Amino acid sequence: MELIQYAFDNLDLLLSRTLEHIALVAVAVGIATLTGVPIGIAITKNERLAKAVLYAASIIVTVPSIALFGIMIPVLSLIGQGIGYLPAVIAVLLYSQLPIIRNTYTAIHNVDPALREAARGIGMSQNQRLRMVEIPLAVPVIMAGVRTAVVLNIGVMAIAAYIGAGGLGTFISRGISQSDPRQLIVGAVAVSLLAIIVDYGLLALQKRLTPLGMERAAETA
Amino acid sequence: MIRLDNLTKVFDTPKGAVTAADHINMEVPAGEICILLGPSGCGKTTTLKMINRIIRPTSGKVFINDEDTTDLNTQELRRNIGYVIQQIGLFPNMTIEENITVVPKLLGWDKAKYRERARELMDMIALDPDAFLKRYPNELSGGQQQRIGVARALAADPPVMLMDEPFGAIDPINRAVIQDEFLKMQQALKKTIMFVSHDIDEAIKMGDRVAIFRAGRLEQYATPDDLLAAPKDEFVESFLGEDRALKRLNLVKVRDVVSDEIGTVSPGDTLETALARIDDFGYQNAILVVNDRRQPVGLITRAQARTTKGYCRDHFQNVPATVSLDDDLRKVASLMFSNDITWLPCVDEAGRVCGQITQRAMTHHLGSRFRPKEEAPATAASATKE
Repeated sequence: MELIQYAFDNLDLLLSRTLEHIALVAVAVGIATLTGVPIGIAITKNERLAKAVLYAASIIVTVPSIALFGIMIPVLSLIGQGIGYLPAVIAVLLYSQLPIIRNTYTAIHNVDPALREAARGIGMSQNQRLRMVEIPLAVPVIMAGVRTAVVLNIGVMAIAAYIGAGGLGTFISRGISQSDPRQLIVGAVAVSLLAIIVDYGLLALQKRLTPLGMERAAETA
Repeated sequence: MIRLDNLTKVFDTPKGAVTAADHINMEVPAGEICILLGPSGCGKTTTLKMINRIIRPTSGKVFINDEDTTDLNTQELRRNIGYVIQQIGLFPNMTIEENITVVPKLLGWDKAKYRERARELMDMIALDPDAFLKRYPNELSGGQQQRIGVARALAADPPVMLMDEPFGAIDPINRAVIQDEFLKMQQALKKTIMFVSHDIDEAIKMGDRVAIFRAGRLEQYATPDDLLAAPKDEFVESFLGEDRALKRLNLVKVRDVVSDEIGTVSPGDTLETALARIDDFGYQNAILVVNDRRQPVGLITRAQARTTKGYCRDHFQNVPATVSLDDDLRKVASLMFSNDITWLPCVDEAGRVCGQITQRAMTHHLGSRFRPKEEAPATAASATKE
């Protein structure tokens, strides 16, 4: 009861921090998609390169977020951005690479060889094959990767409050430092709910982006 | 016309170089279907795929309508060659219409023209444009999908088509239907077609010519009838099967074997006349009764003619079957077997009796094509000695 009361009393703050949180994740994953998808497509041309890139991306994910922030503070301080918005976005950008690159690579790599041969055989160039056949078929799996990245990083972004990036994590960090369970719990629940809602939203988007003719493929993705 | 000039493919494998196609020389005249036939790994598919450079030739040249394709742009070349594969390969993200019009679009046709073309093609493959054009490939049966696959290959009206076991994944009943439809289309379209198959019956049915491959080499290249009548060596012979004489039944028409000499009686003749005619013509069992328009009415058997008196019109039996001039011998043989008879009357388009076909004539016709085989290798051998 007390919690709900607290949430209602601070509704404005809760909303503004939620929007802040969403904006941070959206910018970071947006940039990650713009970089990760082309990388994922590019590495389908070279198996050894693909292995190296996916390995590197996996290693990045194993670095604990709090440590990653710690590493970035001295580096980014050189340009006066040691804490705040920029390191938070960079961290999320890095964490997003693995699910996005891996899913893109897998999806393009797994396009039915018969379709690829048919596309070559009727005279499509490499770019035409990508644009007309391979990417449309890969969209559901690529979108699944983006969703994974978003959900993962809504959690990571909560920790970015410690380096002053803002967002819903602020409730959690203040709750801990002020020994105020109301703030802590409201923050934690808000982060969880946000992750669940955004995941469903993106699932709906994924379904809309899936080519009509391959609904069956989308359900297994 | 497709001409292959010393076309060769050597694959580098971890176990060393493997020659998949070894100096293949052959020519498919314009408007004909050439079937590339052989066991798996014989080089037939490699040879086919070198024509549109899905596989790059190690050496040799491909000529299409006397033009050397070596220096042509790969994409240009492929857009002018229809390509149909066993796995069909329709793009699942595109509607049937988008699938069919993909090559015309790549070639830069305008929209009205390629949409018109899509409807035209659907009519050709006997699928209703209004019902199918807006649907997606996974909503269609395998047979329908491959019809669309053929339509896609024909979309830009290429002079040449390559077909890699196009009907191999379709169930036998539908396969026969699609083969027939395709042959009918081909009669009008007159494309020059290279067609890979591993099915000897399909090759005989579809091919104007058949090229038998073995271990990367072209073993024999001939018309189906020549191939069955005179296989070059033991490999070709065993590949064609021990029943190859029977397979030729499909290729020979009644027209080629029919004898126009046939004794008949009319309904008004007496059975005595009938018996005399049976003896005159040397028939064993029966004589045909025809009406005044020479249409078959019935049969008078020898036993009946001998034991009964009266007119033919009162004592005939039904004619078990008749065949027309364009039926193949396979049908004739089947009718003879199922009716336990050794001859059948032949009728023309108007249903008039125009001759008869006997088991003896059939075996003689098929046998006469086999007989020169014993002499042919001998003369060939002596020719090379000289």
